[in-house]
Amino acid sequence: MSQPDIVVIGGGNAALCAAMTAAEAGARVLILEAAPKPYRGGNSRHTRNFRCMHTGPLGPLVEDYAEDEYFEDLLKVTKGKTDEGLARMVIRSSEECLPWMIDHGVRFQPSLSGTLSLARTNAFFRGGGKSLVNAYYRTAEGLGVDVKYDAKVTHLEVDGDRISFLDYTHESATHRVSPKSVVVASGGFQADTDWLARAWGPAAKNFLIRGTPYNRGLVLADLLDQGVEQVGDPTQCHAVAIDGRAPKFDGGIVTRLDCVPFSIVVNRDAQRFYDEGEDVWPKRYAIWGRLVADQPDQVGYAIIDARSLDLFMPSVFPPIKADTLEELAGKMGLPPNKLRQTVDAYNAACGDTSAFHPTELDGVATTGLTPPKTNWARPITKPPFYGYSLRTGVTFTYLGLKVDARAQCSIGNRPVTNLWAAGETMAGSILGQGYLAGFGMTIGTVFGRIAGREAANHAN
Amino acid sequence: MQIELIQEARRQAEICNACRYCEGYCAVFPALQANRAFSDGDITQLANLCHNCRGCYYACQYTAPHEFDLNLPAALAEVRHDSWESFATPQSFAKAFQKNGMMIAIASVVAFALVFIIAKWLGGSGGGLGFYAVMSHGLMVAIFAPAFLLPLVSLAISLRRYWRAVGGGRVTLAHIKTALRSAGDMRNLAGGHGDGCNFEDEDRFTQARRAAHQLVLFGFLLCFASTSAGTFMHYVLGLHAPYGFWSPPKLLGVPGGIMLTFGAAWLFALKRRADPHLGAASAWGGEVAFIALLGFVAFSGLALYALGSTELMPVLLALHLGAVLTFFLLTPYTKMAHGYYRLAALVRDAQK
Repeated sequence: MSQPDIVVIGGGNAALCAAMTAAEAGARVLILEAAPKPYRGGNSRHTRNFRCMHTGPLGPLVEDYAEDEYFEDLLKVTKGKTDEGLARMVIRSSEECLPWMIDHGVRFQPSLSGTLSLARTNAFFRGGGKSLVNAYYRTAEGLGVDVKYDAKVTHLEVDGDRISFLDYTHESATHRVSPKSVVVASGGFQADTDWLARAWGPAAKNFLIRGTPYNRGLVLADLLDQGVEQVGDPTQCHAVAIDGRAPKFDGGIVTRLDCVPFSIVVNRDAQRFYDEGEDVWPKRYAIWGRLVADQPDQVGYAIIDARSLDLFMPSVFPPIKADTLEELAGKMGLPPNKLRQTVDAYNAACGDTSAFHPTELDGVATTGLTPPKTNWARPITKPPFYGYSLRTGVTFTYLGLKVDARAQCSIGNRPVTNLWAAGETMAGSILGQGYLAGFGMTIGTVFGRIAGREAANHAN
Repeated sequence: MQIELIQEARRQAEICNACRYCEGYCAVFPALQANRAFSDGDITQLANLCHNCRGCYYACQYTAPHEFDLNLPAALAEVRHDSWESFATPQSFAKAFQKNGMMIAIASVVAFALVFIIAKWLGGSGGGLGFYAVMSHGLMVAIFAPAFLLPLVSLAISLRRYWRAVGGGRVTLAHIKTALRSAGDMRNLAGGHGDGCNFEDEDRFTQARRAAHQLVLFGFLLCFASTSAGTFMHYVLGLHAPYGFWSPPKLLGVPGGIMLTFGAAWLFALKRRADPHLGAASAWGGEVAFIALLGFVAFSGLALYALGSTELMPVLLALHLGAVLTFFLLTPYTKMAHGYYRLAALVRDAQK
């Protein structure tokens, strides 16, 4: 390709949606994906569904999921820190995305086993996010989109109200292009631990990154440095508690732990710090990343006994196992006496457990314990005992580029005439804090398509 | 059984069980997800249930260079081939074929063809019509009946070993019906969405392999039905070959032969484009050889039909019968065995 009309920076869901939309509008599109081909697709590789509004059954989705209910769900998790206009626009657009995704090669499937609670709200990709990414690359290439892997964008030149050129490295050479339009869809900065540490302090060094190591925020930082409007708090991110033994990067779904509601979780000093049974796990997993981040050494330990081992999905690393609590404490590096005291106090606070029901809020609660455990509170007495270490796993950061409803970036009050953003790099425009399962892919799809359309309109 | 192959498949299955993104592709994942821990028998069953559609490989977020290094289709293929070797009787045959498939196939065809030519010189005319002028019906039966039956005995012993290893229970008609339905439309190569499988062009879903396989499968069954019809006509009705075109053996055999020839050629071409590292790499040669042999059986049969009245007939007959004999004798030790194991695995799966 001689000179592309549009350069799309990034190679995940939002980037591909933008590229396909722009190519269908007749533009010559170049995708610059920083990762090598096996790791293409950013965090989209690790996703499994997108949250979709619908009236009546739609594809794999059952019943209804109306705009207001969707928005209420978002308000709950963000505690009101959202942009209602943008959020409702995304929600309303999500319904037409599903057939569009099918047209572009994505295949859906019924809700995965163990996720029945999402069958109404989240449409699951058959084979997961990487299969979606594969399908989109096939479709994009069929539309004539040029894709360069291992292509790292080093600089975008902001010249007044437009991007005049951008530089990227590819096959150990530096290239400069001057496209008519630029779409930034290159994710957050979570893989740059130094940047995280500037926001979080040294605690961030103990965080694990659940997704791609390639989202280092280079393009984001370059644009923010040149005065492009930012949105979001640098400490806000999608973070969950994952297995402490997970790899530093890219551990993905298999490192998640679903044992928390059936456990007690203690910190380094063998003290409990939060109600493990506050709600069903799909509604709580996303707060535990921050809870663990606030503990000394940013680590937690979930302790269960033999009766609870089969109540949750297996994870990739087997639990640490011991015949006594003291032995378990020793293996996990916890003070044995303290752990014994904490478990004894918890056990003593447990009451009648006959109503115990693992998949519903059963009201089996502790009495007189601080913090309480308000559901699934069974004494931990039956050996062998099992333990998992928990660490904070960051999915993506929310500090990003501020966009309007047309996905356009701005400087001060003026739009940058040829710059649009989509996906995680602008998700902070809608997600002030908290996270709603599957919403990242919805934002990426909706804004990717808008950015592609606007970029093509400008270029044509 | 090689314990390290099972161990590697187990390691991968445990990662899959924590992910489950692929459960919509085929029967392997629902079966896998029913367990928290995997016995050797569980792994052997999963391995034989896997149709190598490769959907899970291309959809996997943990394939190399990721440190989890998942390649479930290959891990299961290695266990599968190893299980066939370990269940086979006698075992040395299976190993030799898998290692030097093409060579053995060619050598066998030539050797058997020579045997038949010698048989012709020694025995002279069978005194019969058509092919029986070259070799008497009695001689053919004397060679082929044991060549057909002995391998079946060997296979039966192997399948019994398999059934024990995977902890199979009492088989009912419903189990068999479920298994046959699945094999009949090769559901496990349909990807769950019906778009087919990944094979010849990385992550592109196509129906090519599924269609080619069913051409071979149904072509083979038609050829088998043709032979059975001929046997029936010979022994029960007293109608002896050669048969005309509008007779059951020909009406079944000609379309069957065409389907088998074309299907085998198509599978061969697909196999050459596919990535061997997503299968049992050490068995690749043996598998390709088997497809070639199967195609040659069908093609030589068709050639014999087309050129049966020319002077090429005796040579063609010798080649064809030699190929058929090789095919029969090697059945328990070649890819042909997969059909029996796969059906057993589908029956076992239907029991769960």
